[in-house]
Amino acid sequence: MAVAEFEVPKINEFSTVPAIQPGATAHLKPFVAAAPIQEAIGFPGALVEDWHDKAIAHMGTLLEKYRGFRVYMDACVHCGACTDKCHYFLGTADPKNMPVARQDLVRSVYRRHFTFAGKYFPKLVGARDLTREVLDEWYSYFNQCSECRRCSVFCPYGIDTAEVTMAGREILDHVGYGGKYNNEIIGKVHRIGNNLGIPGPALIDTLEGLAEDVKDDTGVDVAFPLDVQGAEVLLVTPSADFFSEPHVEGLIGYAKVFHQAGISWTLSSHASEAANFGLFIGNYEQMRKIALRIRQAALDLGVKRIVVGECGHAWRVAYSFWNTLAGIGAGANDPFSVMLQKQLDPRYPAPQHICELTFDLIKRGALTLDKEANDHRIITFHDSCNVARGSRMGDMPGGQFIIPREIIKAVANNFHDMTPETIHESTFCCGGGGGLLTDDLMELRVKGALPRAEALQRVVNQHGVNYMAMICAICKAQFVKVLPYYKFDMGMVGGVHQLVSTAIRLGSKD
Amino acid sequence: MSLLTIIYACMFYAATALLVVGVAYKINSYARTPAPLKIPTTPAPTTTSGVVLRMTREVVLFESLFKSSKWIWIFGWMFHFALLLVLLRHLRYFTEPVPSLIAAMQPFGIYAGFAMIAGLAGLWARRFLVDRVKYISTPSDHLMLLLLICIGASGLVMKFVSHTDIVAVKGFILGLMLFDWQPLPADPALLIHLFLVATLMAIFPISKLLHAPGLFFSPSRNQADNPRERRHIAPWAADLDQK
Repeated sequence: MAVAEFEVPKINEFSTVPAIQPGATAHLKPFVAAAPIQEAIGFPGALVEDWHDKAIAHMGTLLEKYRGFRVYMDACVHCGACTDKCHYFLGTADPKNMPVARQDLVRSVYRRHFTFAGKYFPKLVGARDLTREVLDEWYSYFNQCSECRRCSVFCPYGIDTAEVTMAGREILDHVGYGGKYNNEIIGKVHRIGNNLGIPGPALIDTLEGLAEDVKDDTGVDVAFPLDVQGAEVLLVTPSADFFSEPHVEGLIGYAKVFHQAGISWTLSSHASEAANFGLFIGNYEQMRKIALRIRQAALDLGVKRIVVGECGHAWRVAYSFWNTLAGIGAGANDPFSVMLQKQLDPRYPAPQHICELTFDLIKRGALTLDKEANDHRIITFHDSCNVARGSRMGDMPGGQFIIPREIIKAVANNFHDMTPETIHESTFCCGGGGGLLTDDLMELRVKGALPRAEALQRVVNQHGVNYMAMICAICKAQFVKVLPYYKFDMGMVGGVHQLVSTAIRLGSKD
Repeated sequence: MSLLTIIYACMFYAATALLVVGVAYKINSYARTPAPLKIPTTPAPTTTSGVVLRMTREVVLFESLFKSSKWIWIFGWMFHFALLLVLLRHLRYFTEPVPSLIAAMQPFGIYAGFAMIAGLAGLWARRFLVDRVKYISTPSDHLMLLLLICIGASGLVMKFVSHTDIVAVKGFILGLMLFDWQPLPADPALLIHLFLVATLMAIFPISKLLHAPGLFFSPSRNQADNPRERRHIAPWAADLDQK
């Protein structure tokens, strides 16, 4: 597909807030899902005839089911605190990419149908009828939000636009107006087991190839096991780790860590995917169904621990939602969850992040690390939004910022953080998260990466940074593609465990 | 009993009823709607006492707003804190004898009246001067600020320009509370002030003033970050487990 021409924003030394340009990205929207994709996951194949009534009814259902959505619809005072916080607004200047304006797309309809003021004084409170134009606007702008939650950090009431976007997409799906990218992937996960649609035999081939590569590289036999009954650890990782560069370097890193620590591990062909795009479309049932695969795989393989690889939204779902959705964690009382609780080793958190595992091993001195091996790299760390603002690592708040950085510092000598307003809880999304990592949204992805690119440029100028480490498959795929638009080398992009892989000295403790 | 007194007495009973019933209805709707997933904006406290502390910082100091925009924070916090002082000052019309603390803080309540209007003016100026805020402002956003400014201004007029018979006003208010109606002075500034206050009370539950109760029910702020240790499940989601 030919991508329409667009102007790549200029990197400024000091990031600025643009003057609004109404309609600047009104033309951007992802491909609409075709009927087979929609129907495969239980949504109408095309826009239904009574879409208006169905949409309003479904909004009513969501208001009954989600306290967040209900409170967020009422609480906003239009104070403007969020207006300069969204990377898509900063990159596109389209005012409908300001979080409050994005919420208002649906809030205006909420007011019209569910509030006294909106029913009787619509003009006064900015209430609108749900017309076809409004529905199209929803489709466009709810697919220009990466659900990164940066706005919710700064909202005085914690209003989370991600929740509103998810509700918007959920309503659209229910009237037969879903996005191709997300819904096709969800279908693949159910059909094949992973987002990339890699069948079992191809996976075996790949893993054997990786083992050979590592053998050539280090002379050591490092295993990449699949479906091994009775392994200690089930590793659930984004499927990009099997094929894409630089992701695969991270998978090699995990394998080396397991190898040196003497932890037996396995991947699962049934659950060969950590990603859970059910989150992106705000559909609880899909999210639950995808999460249940993990519990099934853990029970089938009889593992003692469940560890999640470098993937941002997957870690949010795993850490924050798996216990709720699939009883992975403490407290569920259905038979399968109880079985799993008895099976898992209570000394480790369930689930555990690969960074938690590696950090723990580093602290115990279980890994032999040669920091100098990374001396050619001057490193910075990009906090991924779902890890930063939707999850945790370790046993204290903010561990998700500390642990990956401590790992980097343990395996490398040159580390420099980006400016404070662009890291930790204030981190900027890569521009491709939340189900927008599709070529039909390339203009949005490039423009949305601007705030991160500007922060990166500053550490490049000041410290000569040549490697941006991250722990998210979507971030990696996005940056590899869009950083070249800003004249960065795509080789700058890599995982934290890629650094671990470089530094680890196999054999010395074998 | 003048017609005016009867109208104002009825107006305040109606406004109070709308306020109490309306807000109770809204709070009930928030409380009975489940939050099916753990969605605190992290880093978040891991314990309930930590959450109480986080919420207290939000309510008292407007912590998130402070992180976001110093201008909105200065004007917004100044307005809200001043409003609190002004409301406390007004307790003298509702109590007999007046508690000594309320008596002692009276002068601060007066200064707060000016601070309140200054804060509101700052917030309103942003709606004209900042293109982003101008874009999102609806007529009701402007009218709400106008209403609050008029309430503050009419109050200050009674203090500094044309005094009203506050002993009689107090008699009227205590009379309302005890269902023993007393005459209301027919003073224009007072009548305007009271009418606007009654209006504000009446529209509270159908307006963005719901941000006040809403904050306490915001899952991104009021949830503890402990999903691995404790299972969080909504009743409708628990039903799925049984299928």
